[in-house]
Amino acid sequence: MPGESTLTDIRAADRPVPRSAPEQAAATDRRVRGRVRVRSRGQRSRHTAAGSSLTLWQRIKRDKVLLALMLPGFLYFAVFSYAPLFGYLSAFEDYQPYTGFIHSTWVGMQNFTDLFADSAFWTALTNTFVISLIQLVLFFPAPIGLALLLSSVASGRIRKFVQSVVYLPHFIGWVVIVSIFQEVLGPTGAVQHMMSSVGLPRFDFMSDPGFFPWLVAIQAIWKDCGWGTIIFLAALLSIDQGLYEAAAVDGAGRWRRFRSVTMPGIMPVVILLLILRLGTILSVGFEQILLQRDTVGAKAGEVLDTYVYYHGVATQQWGTAAAAGLIKAVVGLVLVLGANKVAHRFGQEGIYSRGDR
Amino acid sequence: MDIRPSRTGRPPWMERPSRLGRGGKILAISLISVVVIYPFLAVVATSLSSESDIAASGGLVIWPSHPTFDAYRYVFSGGIVSQALWISFLVTVVGTALSMAATIGMAYGLSRSGVVGGRFFLATALFTMLFTPGVIPMFLTVQKLGMYNTLASLVVPSLVSAFNLVVLRSFFMGLPAELLDAARIDGLGDWRILTRVVLPLSKAVLAVVALFYAVSYWNAFFSALLYLNDTSKWPLALVLRGLVIGGEATSAANEGVVPQQAVQMAVVVVSVVPIAAIYPFLQRYFTKGVLTGAVKG
Repeated sequence: MPGESTLTDIRAADRPVPRSAPEQAAATDRRVRGRVRVRSRGQRSRHTAAGSSLTLWQRIKRDKVLLALMLPGFLYFAVFSYAPLFGYLSAFEDYQPYTGFIHSTWVGMQNFTDLFADSAFWTALTNTFVISLIQLVLFFPAPIGLALLLSSVASGRIRKFVQSVVYLPHFIGWVVIVSIFQEVLGPTGAVQHMMSSVGLPRFDFMSDPGFFPWLVAIQAIWKDCGWGTIIFLAALLSIDQGLYEAAAVDGAGRWRRFRSVTMPGIMPVVILLLILRLGTILSVGFEQILLQRDTVGAKAGEVLDTYVYYHGVATQQWGTAAAAGLIKAVVGLVLVLGANKVAHRFGQEGIYSRGDR
Repeated sequence: MDIRPSRTGRPPWMERPSRLGRGGKILAISLISVVVIYPFLAVVATSLSSESDIAASGGLVIWPSHPTFDAYRYVFSGGIVSQALWISFLVTVVGTALSMAATIGMAYGLSRSGVVGGRFFLATALFTMLFTPGVIPMFLTVQKLGMYNTLASLVVPSLVSAFNLVVLRSFFMGLPAELLDAARIDGLGDWRILTRVVLPLSKAVLAVVALFYAVSYWNAFFSALLYLNDTSKWPLALVLRGLVIGGEATSAANEGVVPQQAVQMAVVVVSVVPIAAIYPFLQRYFTKGVLTGAVKG
């Protein structure tokens, strides 16, 4: 709507309650002062300044364009993030798709009892932890090392080239990446040829169950190590160059500068990301593992997410699958909230503090 | 991203690098580049290879001695791969457009303070970053809404990403307030402020967010696996999964016309090329996009 401006607010505020002229002037004056104060804080102006004196309906009318713009997104979250939570009711039911939530038989904790008695569930849980742990040890530090390497390259052109190269795999889907790995590491792949030409025994990287957690970590590093450097490079960039210079003038060598300037400089980011990573320990690359589960077998390749998928959608054991999913969701939520709490302790912004600004 | 924008080389106080350190660095960087680039090159080479080349190398080909486009001719000649390519293209274009519209609208509303219900909407969106509804409830929801086995199921259930929403909102909030005030004084309403002031100033970040959405739609295979049971509706990623990982034979290979492996690798190339083509143009904006969303908020 053209013409909708600060004046609209004033009109909207004043129309229903006619006031005397001096009152009106005072009100306007207050608002103008409010505006100035707000603007000097560098924030968006009118809503905070004028909003308080309007009734709810007036505010809705004033913000109707913005509300209409927000509606599709809000509806999406309501339908696809919140409404599905009711689907977890099926964790307590003998759920049958054709009977629905309302009419399926309520079985209480029976699904959970069944779940805990299922050895496949414990295998999936163990695999999840093993893969997570190996990823934490191998995949977490890799981008830090690469970022340090990149930042130490003096030539801007080479650095930019390497960055372009290492960011690219992040945008490639898991199907393609697993396909490429199969061609390179698989039975007919280049690595096998290299190994057999130097007399090493054949080893099928792609289907060996014992190697699977390592394979998952290697693939994750190939795909996302470069992308992960962005955050650490930014942290390295934000270190005051004067500190390095001052340290060098004070006689600090390369190693000493690294220890006393670089490390403290990036530590907050490293700790924050580590904590947040710990919060998502139950989630290990679902698509990546789902694609390769059949190649290595369920004993090595089943994780919590694939367990839920196979028991629910594939073999129709809805109740048990939903119970496993619910456990994962609840534990995951607790871990993420806990991780954020710890992050705040360290004086960092977690992921949910954003909303306060 | 540039590490030291003002410097072209080594600052004066830094000692000369040792020969060993320099050599190690060059070696490490070359090795990393090769590890990333080699598989792509080998895939392209194999897709252009003839049966004899593939038989001679035993698998991936480094350099095709008789390059042929047979595999690509087969891929684009109709049949399941062409069909899947078209579906992936459609889903990516329509999905990205819808996602952008919904995300821009919500991010714009959330970037303005004092909007009625703004805090509630923001909390609603941010809280979804803490949990995911999970496979089973999502499946049941999609089924309930009658979207099972429709192409809409590839787009609608992943319409807005809270991460992208936060990226856009942070960017909109960082625009100079004076500019928006000036537009308002000139008589522009919320809609025109968005289309005439905010969006033109946000082209870079919009491009990055659009890329994130487009890539996720293009690469998605699990939503298709979960929600589609009609193979004629499968997107490219799912077809590729069948061909390479599942080891399904193509009709061309059955007829012995085009080597199976060349066809597989041609599909890989076709899956990667659209991403590789737009990626260089957007690369310089990545840092801003990632950082606003990831740590700083």
